[in-house]
Amino acid sequence: MAGFETHLASFWAVYSNVVLTIGINGLLALSIWLTLSCGMLSIGNAAFMGVGAYTAALVTMKLGWPFPISLVLGMIAPAVLAFIIGKPTLRLSGIYLAMATLGFGEVVRITLLNWESLTGGALGLNGIPQLTQWWHVLIAMVLVLLVLWRMRRSKVGRAFEAVKEDDTAAGLMGIDVANTRMLAFVLGAAIAGLAGGLDAHLTFFIGPQEFGFDRAVDILTMAILGGIGGLPGPLIGAAILTLLPEVLRSLRDFRLVVNGLILVVIVLFLPKGIWDPQRYRTWFGSWFGRRTKRAGGRTEHRS
Amino acid sequence: MLEINALSKNFGGLKVLEGIDLVVPNGGIHGLIGPNGAGKTTLFNIITGLYAPSSGSVTFEGRSLVGQRPHRITQLGLARTFQNIRVFKEMTLLDNVVVGMHRHLHYGAAGLLFSSSAFRAAEKRARDRALELLSWVKLDGRADELADNLSYGNQRKLELARALATEPKLLLLDEPVAGMNSVEKTDLMREIDAIAARGYTVLLIEHDMRFVMGLCSRIGVLNFGRIIADGPPDAIRNDPRVIEAYLGRDEDDDADAAYRIDEEPVHLPDLSGDLSSLDSPTEMDREARR
Repeated sequence: MAGFETHLASFWAVYSNVVLTIGINGLLALSIWLTLSCGMLSIGNAAFMGVGAYTAALVTMKLGWPFPISLVLGMIAPAVLAFIIGKPTLRLSGIYLAMATLGFGEVVRITLLNWESLTGGALGLNGIPQLTQWWHVLIAMVLVLLVLWRMRRSKVGRAFEAVKEDDTAAGLMGIDVANTRMLAFVLGAAIAGLAGGLDAHLTFFIGPQEFGFDRAVDILTMAILGGIGGLPGPLIGAAILTLLPEVLRSLRDFRLVVNGLILVVIVLFLPKGIWDPQRYRTWFGSWFGRRTKRAGGRTEHRS
Repeated sequence: MLEINALSKNFGGLKVLEGIDLVVPNGGIHGLIGPNGAGKTTLFNIITGLYAPSSGSVTFEGRSLVGQRPHRITQLGLARTFQNIRVFKEMTLLDNVVVGMHRHLHYGAAGLLFSSSAFRAAEKRARDRALELLSWVKLDGRADELADNLSYGNQRKLELARALATEPKLLLLDEPVAGMNSVEKTDLMREIDAIAARGYTVLLIEHDMRFVMGLCSRIGVLNFGRIIADGPPDAIRNDPRVIEAYLGRDEDDDADAAYRIDEEPVHLPDLSGDLSSLDSPTEMDREARR
């Protein structure tokens, strides 16, 4: 028993960072899932994460306010920003919205880079207190999942889905399309900001390059790879994309090649992402079918 | 109920609608017919707020609809279906209809998050009502299937149920039987009649003359963006301007279309019995003519 506990302790000492990163990446994947579930391809979430990270870190470092308040402000700041830029850009759809949010991401990155007096410029912010505990990430994850799950089963979730499928028809069903889009966009930004705040207080250091185009693509890949048909998808995608590089560490130089290869294979065979219950049902349908038939036969026999 | 005054719509230099005056009184089924490209769907799009008119007014129960966004117009009590079906294909039939009740689900964010009793009651009411509406179009048995799995005709019926879910006073149907076979047409005709009997006012666009003549109490005819005739079916059928619009001046040009105009309308009370007696004569006659 004691042996198991020391085992666990040494595991945690080595891998706690990976586990918490999975959680934070999971939040990021959920943030982009939210906008995707409303039919918007927005790739500004890395920038919203950056705004959240810097806001939370600065509130902790410069103002010395408690961690929960930093986190909340780290959610509010990107949400307000999302509201402001959402007004003009959310009329766009498809690839045009992606371009606009991409441009916004660059604006944020360059602002972080050049506002040296506040953000430390290219050197970034150093010495952020490491306040993020495993249970902070857990609570954040549970709360976000709970909110998204409840929303999905209500008129809000149905409105998202309707807008995603056909915004004209959705409008004529009495759904305020512009407000619905805005809600998804702002909530997504707040969740990304929360992930940023947690991340900043985990890694000790943040710099503008962390919240650029690469990060934006990473977040999108996690959601798409995991599948956007349900809440488990983004979490699975985040876990895989965080773990793959660690698992493949022994391959050294070939690591990135194999990493990419695995992603290509997954996308080829599971175009709707890994979480795609319907596909598994068709793949293994005959097996399930046989089981139900056998069960049916048994009841018949009994009666 | 719905009043359209001197309505015009230009797309660039193209005058699609010109000086349209149309009144839809409360109750009954009203038809809007006209050749392809006459501007019927454009008129629907203006009424429901998808297009802004170039000039003129549209009022619904005394309130102007011009400049209102589509969801506001829906809230005022107008609902429509589309010529090219627009159901939410990846959603279940039930969810499709419940989406239509969006405005009638009153619960706040707190009720939603904590699944309050008000939330559960509202959701349950919406589901029950959706099932009832689906039963009106005889789709309640398939409520949990994806809309994508439905046949063309059934998707049209689903759209009808979804439009009814918004609790409209006036229902706009854009070619409700387009692409349906005769049996499906007769079926839907009966359902639309039943819906009107429940107190909904219906305005429908249709090409199928038998359908319009048999169903509508009043018909407006649109040609090249103008209303050229407006009246009860019998007057429309014999109106020389309407015949000209559909056939051109030389009546020998298109015997088939002439035949369709002169055709006996189908009277709904006769529908109850043998369906085939309705469809076959026309189809067979047409075959014989070839």
